[in-house]
Amino acid sequence: MNTDNKPLVEIRELTKAYVRGKQRVEVLHGINLDIPAGDFVALMGPSGSGKTTLLNLIGGLDSPSSGLLKVQNQRIDDLSSDELAAWRANTVGFIFQSYNLMPVLTAQRNVELPLLLHDMSSSERTKRANVALELVGLSDRNKHKPNELSGGQQQRVAIARALVSDPLILICDEPTGDLDRKTADEVLTLLQQLNSEFGKTIVMVTHDPKAAEYAKRTVHLDKGTLVNEAAH
Amino acid sequence: MKYFGLIWAGLFRKKLRTMLTLMSLWSAFVLLGLLQAVNSLFSGGADFLGANRMITQAKTSFTQPLPIRMMPQIEAVPGVARVSHSQFFGGQYQEGGSFFPQFAVNPQRLFDTYPEWTLSEDAKRNFVSTQDGAIVGKLLAEKYGWKVGDTVPLNSFIWTKADGNRTWEWKIVGIFDGRDSEWKKRTSLMYLNYGQFDEARNPRAKGLAGVFVVRMNDPNQSEKIAALIDEKFENSSDETKTQSEQEFQLGFARQLGDIGLIVNLITSAVFFSILFLTGVSMSQAVRERIPELAILKVLGFKDRTVMLLVLAEAFLLCFIGALTGMLSASLLTTTLPPEFPITTDSRVWIIAGISVIVLSLLIGVPPALRALRIKIVDALAGR
Repeated sequence: MNTDNKPLVEIRELTKAYVRGKQRVEVLHGINLDIPAGDFVALMGPSGSGKTTLLNLIGGLDSPSSGLLKVQNQRIDDLSSDELAAWRANTVGFIFQSYNLMPVLTAQRNVELPLLLHDMSSSERTKRANVALELVGLSDRNKHKPNELSGGQQQRVAIARALVSDPLILICDEPTGDLDRKTADEVLTLLQQLNSEFGKTIVMVTHDPKAAEYAKRTVHLDKGTLVNEAAH
Repeated sequence: MKYFGLIWAGLFRKKLRTMLTLMSLWSAFVLLGLLQAVNSLFSGGADFLGANRMITQAKTSFTQPLPIRMMPQIEAVPGVARVSHSQFFGGQYQEGGSFFPQFAVNPQRLFDTYPEWTLSEDAKRNFVSTQDGAIVGKLLAEKYGWKVGDTVPLNSFIWTKADGNRTWEWKIVGIFDGRDSEWKKRTSLMYLNYGQFDEARNPRAKGLAGVFVVRMNDPNQSEKIAALIDEKFENSSDETKTQSEQEFQLGFARQLGDIGLIVNLITSAVFFSILFLTGVSMSQAVRERIPELAILKVLGFKDRTVMLLVLAEAFLLCFIGALTGMLSASLLTTTLPPEFPITTDSRVWIIAGISVIVLSLLIGVPPALRALRIKIVDALAGR
């Protein structure tokens, strides 16, 4: 864990540009941001402001064009594709707006997926998956396939999948975007618990100011630049 | 092995499509199994034949009979133990009935050159002494319900009697069997006493033996003995060609055409169409699952691992189709009547195994490469 008071996530002069046709489009311009361990940050901003791009970079799904990105004092901006994959498997849990569960697998098998990358027995995987499902209140739904679950339940399965390998950071991209208010509040409360009780560092992109209120602080982006920050 | 559940689930994501694809593969491999079994029979299925036996035929063609007077000359060649002669009779039993092989032979010499057949001594004596006698293989006798004493009329499409009649009547004097399981399976033939055959046939054909069956003392000397026999008749009006019995049988079978080429052409055509069908199905299945494969990468699966999962899925699909198809083909061959002694032997299974690997690679590599190249952020954004 972070023992020398350095932030868990350290971002310096981070840029990201895409080449579209003959044009180079810079989406993020010199971002500087620190996220301490145990933080719960909401990234807000209008569409196209670069918040999902920033989230993808923090989660190691993409590589920056320039700048420095450290997580737990390890530079991840210069890791190869395979190194990033291994890093993600050990460090990050992902939660998406559309859940992104495997439709052919049961809830339990979905949650077990990240554990396939770790050296453990089948029974150990099953045991851990069931613990994670119990944590999100779905132990009685472990044999159900995603299409047999409600949206809120599917998102809980996705949270269990994100948690099962005990990651340092949870990356959440509009986790309540497809849910009604009540279910969204339940999911956000669960995330808040994971942050406060289990110390999980959470970075969440959201359009919803109500969802952002569950975070400890909100960071606003506009046109690829951090514009302001507010603590809750 | 820990990925098997994931591969299996991916394969049966669209059950109907997978089942239809599997049925196509199944039918292709049933066909492969049966056709290659036929091919196997024609190309190497005569392995059981005795290594110490050769056939001397006319150099031009085995359909050109050799005169029987050559027999002592062949028998005089050093290394030759015994010689008999055999003439294909080409008879049909009953109008529209099926053909079975019949050969007019010298009854005194048959068992010297074919010790693989077993017949009681009494029956052997009766065969020698009965001019119009015939001995029938056990399987053939069982098929037609024949027993010793029955008379079998055969209508030959080759040989006419001196009076122009094509129907020959043969009296069954014995029922022979094979000495082991391999030869027991091949008892669907009939031997006729050369006596009646030569006496009653058209005078112009009298004294012609057909081919000579040469039994050697030492099979290792076969090339040398064959050369000596053929040398003896070189530049005569009856030049000979002496070869192993197996080669002779294959040459006989090849009169029907190049079975191997025909079989391979049909098999290739079937697999070519299956390749497209299965390839399209597999590519479509992977295209639909791009976001799911991207999620595997999000979770930490390496590009190479995702590629191998897709390849493994293609292999599993082909393997299931091949295994069920080959088992069905094997089952079918066991239900065929004994006159079709085809089996899906190890050679056929090896061909099927190679086909599975080649087919898996051909249909699996394009979608696997696509899976390898998936960019997570593009796939999640639906690009």
